[in-house]
Amino acid sequence: MKTSIGEPIKRNEDPRLLTGKALFVDDVNITGMLHAAFLRSDYAHARIKGIDTSAARERPGVVAVYTAEDMGEDWAPGPSNVAPPPAEEIIFHSRTQVPLAKGKVRYVGEPIAIVVAESRYIAEDAVEDIFVDLEMLDVVADLEAALDPETILVHDDLDSNLAAHMFQGKGDYEAAKASADLVISRRIDFDRGAAAAMENRGVIAHWEEKAQHLTVWDTTQAPIPIRNGLAARHGLPENQVRVIAPFIGGGFGPKILLHYPEEIMIPWVSIQLCKPIKWIEDRRENFLATTQERQQIHEAEMILSKEGKILGVSHTFLHDTGAYDPYGLTIPLNTESHATGGYDVPNYHSEVKVVFTNKMITTPVRGAGRPQGIFLVERLLDIAAKELGMDPVEIRKLNFIPPEAFPYEREIIDQAFTPLILDSGNYQPVMDKAVETIGYHQFISEEQPRLRAEGKHIGIGIIPFVETTGVGPYEGARINVDPSGVINVATGVGTQGQGHFTSFAQIVAEQLGVDVSDVNLITGDSAEFHWGTGTFASRGAVVAANAIHASSKIVRDKVLKLASKILEAPEEELELEGGFVRVADIPRLSISLGDLALEANPLRGTVEPGMEPGLEATAYFGPQYGAAAFGVHAMIIEVDPETMMIDIKRYVVAEDCGRILNPLILEGQIHGGVAMGIGNAYYEQLIYDENAQLLNASLADYLVPTACEIPHIEIEHLETRSPLNPLGTKGVGEAGTIPVPALYAQAIENAFPDHDFEILEMPLSPNKLFEILYKKEVGR
Amino acid sequence: MSDLYQLTVSINDTEYQRSVEPRLLLSDFLRHDIGLSGTHVGCEHGVCGACTVLFDGQPIRSCLMFAIQADGHEILTVEGLGTPDDLHVIQEAFWEAHGLQCGFCTPGFLMTLVPFLEENPDPDEAEIRHAISGNICRCTGYQNIVEAVKLAAENMKTPTRG
Ligand code: FES
Ligand code: FES
Repeated sequence: MKTSIGEPIKRNEDPRLLTGKALFVDDVNITGMLHAAFLRSDYAHARIKGIDTSAARERPGVVAVYTAEDMGEDWAPGPSNVAPPPAEEIIFHSRTQVPLAKGKVRYVGEPIAIVVAESRYIAEDAVEDIFVDLEMLDVVADLEAALDPETILVHDDLDSNLAAHMFQGKGDYEAAKASADLVISRRIDFDRGAAAAMENRGVIAHWEEKAQHLTVWDTTQAPIPIRNGLAARHGLPENQVRVIAPFIGGGFGPKILLHYPEEIMIPWVSIQLCKPIKWIEDRRENFLATTQERQQIHEAEMILSKEGKILGVSHTFLHDTGAYDPYGLTIPLNTESHATGGYDVPNYHSEVKVVFTNKMITTPVRGAGRPQGIFLVERLLDIAAKELGMDPVEIRKLNFIPPEAFPYEREIIDQAFTPLILDSGNYQPVMDKAVETIGYHQFISEEQPRLRAEGKHIGIGIIPFVETTGVGPYEGARINVDPSGVINVATGVGTQGQGHFTSFAQIVAEQLGVDVSDVNLITGDSAEFHWGTGTFASRGAVVAANAIHASSKIVRDKVLKLASKILEAPEEELELEGGFVRVADIPRLSISLGDLALEANPLRGTVEPGMEPGLEATAYFGPQYGAAAFGVHAMIIEVDPETMMIDIKRYVVAEDCGRILNPLILEGQIHGGVAMGIGNAYYEQLIYDENAQLLNASLADYLVPTACEIPHIEIEHLETRSPLNPLGTKGVGEAGTIPVPALYAQAIENAFPDHDFEILEMPLSPNKLFEILYKKEVGR
Repeated sequence: MSDLYQLTVSINDTEYQRSVEPRLLLSDFLRHDIGLSGTHVGCEHGVCGACTVLFDGQPIRSCLMFAIQADGHEILTVEGLGTPDDLHVIQEAFWEAHGLQCGFCTPGFLMTLVPFLEENPDPDEAEIRHAISGNICRCTGYQNIVEAVKLAAENMKTPTRG
């Protein structure tokens, strides 16, 4: 079989993207389409006393204005995306986002009213005409203060701002602590960042009254669940709703919230007015009203033996869910899954309190709770290594889960709601590879002392991490051979730049012996394939890819069976190549896949019982549990002690994400992940003031790294295939992002050996680093 | 409703005459009035560079200009650069080097790079990174964009196209 899996094949989708011919949501234009704009709250917490929309309605060009009151019976909070996990003694209060604020507003940016007009310009003018009478309330802006009994409630019907409370554990942490030689306890703080995909969100809905059919174009990572939710909400059978996620300009997590207010309102308005309606988010709205992540405060502890062996990890933490909690405990569960890293940790204890605040909702952003977990365990380990006088690489090697211990059971529940099992891995060679590639030993023994003698603040960091990937429940794919010879593949996951059009095509091309460019992938259109859950949790290359693999195998069998009949040759003697089936030794005995597809669909005559027409198959794949990828990042930095700007001299990634489908695409995912991690670590922070006002809601004030901040990244691949899926793949979408904050902390501390300080918070910035160093200087 | 003004503009070598409101952004005009939606908008405040087009040969941010300001001028958008069957050498290099993922930022990068490579046929890595520092890409980490620019510069020296 000619192999195309593993080849660095150029992407099928690129020519259209490169020439401006790819369809993005905002490119959809329908005759008679109206445009919507939202009036959003300028305050984080206030009671709505009245809304006067009369002036807006009178403005020429305005077609309609709606408030929560105008929705009548149709007003209902969005569905919960993720149920609470099946943990013992869990408390969980579900409060989901509302389509338009009713009674009170709970965060800056919450929609209060929608204006529909002939143009977006007029709609925005009319938003200014609306008068809202608000009674200001105290604001829950501080995560820790939110749980004070005195603090005002985000949801008046609850007793406190506690959204959820959960314990998890393994072994007996307290007993282990009693016999530990070393206890390291620290407080660790994480603040918020934005996903900041370059394309903002957008929704277009077109209700066709006569056909009783709703079509929605949506920048979503999960078109099928959106379709199902809309159908349920409007009492329509699912086949009367079609949701299309065309080309999406980056997702990174937030584009998966099931039913943003706008995703509810735009279809609803289209049904009211029987008109196509378009809403495109602007960048300010994206900062205010697209979900965010990462705020947590941990009281963390690690216990060790004097030899440096980890005996246990414990953390009690607060997780900020914002004003609502539609995404359940996914993020804190990921934090817990990663708070023991890739280490053999016999005792573990965690307690999390999820807290409502008057800020935007948090849901997974690339990394999704994992960077916090890795930061926690790696920081504690760094501090322990210092206390014990051990080399940071050695203490890690000592604690890695050994290869023979896989599958390794963590005995806690992860985001898939199943007990977390790390399926496979071989960690030490990856660490060795990173150490060797960056020249760790030579650097610390020769180069660094020399550069330090020259007065340079030069540091090295090296951080391993695990990533749980490829969670279920399932994905599916339908493959059919078109009479033209093109292979059509339809799958339910959306695609936001991950190269699915190509990597998935490679799987099919290999099975059917066709060119990758002859495989036509259709994703993100519920009319083409309507089972599936979406693109999240680094699962495309695992779950969807294996569904495609399974269905292409069935089609291959059908091809061989029919060709064997037509060519009068046994199946074993047939080979598939170049779009033809041929008899191995007699090349002139052959038939093209297209002709075979025609033969498979007879128009006259009789067929055998049980026959299915066409060369087509649909198959599904659901992994037993997730696949755990592993990697090590290493970097050498130079810090300018005046400006605190960090120059990354070298950046090395050694990764093991199982079998590689397309190295070009894989490396691209890593580059992008690292870049986002660098932003998370040193440039990007959403700054909310004490009134929960976002102070930097623009790309001029919120600093997404440019080409000048991101280094050249050297990547080394190792491969431990997952035993849980036939392709042996593991996910990689989030890997690049996860270890970067921990890596920055370690390398910065290493760059200032004479300063007594610890980095226990993220994100940093040049200013903050200056403060951390300077405070210590003054304190001494 | 504000008054409409006449405008005549050449876009990708085709002349268009339209009546526009004075406040209409050039980016909206190109995307929605003319239907050239290959020019993307990522911020509408001049930072991301996604909306970059050539204005009389110079890269400008079409979200920071009004359509009416283009009266009598020449504009080149990504649609005028090449077609899927006949890619411009820079487009070809982006394809080859995997210089795009979601592709949303790509038209802006391409339009920034066309004049850059004309003026700097032999750029080094630092010059390339500086040249694209006004364009944000959230997907690629820039590395393969830098590689694509190097490749394009290389290929531009040899006269074969694509
Ligand atoms: S849209 Fe013009 S610079 Fe961002
Ligand atoms: S490729 Fe997605 S923003 Fe650049």
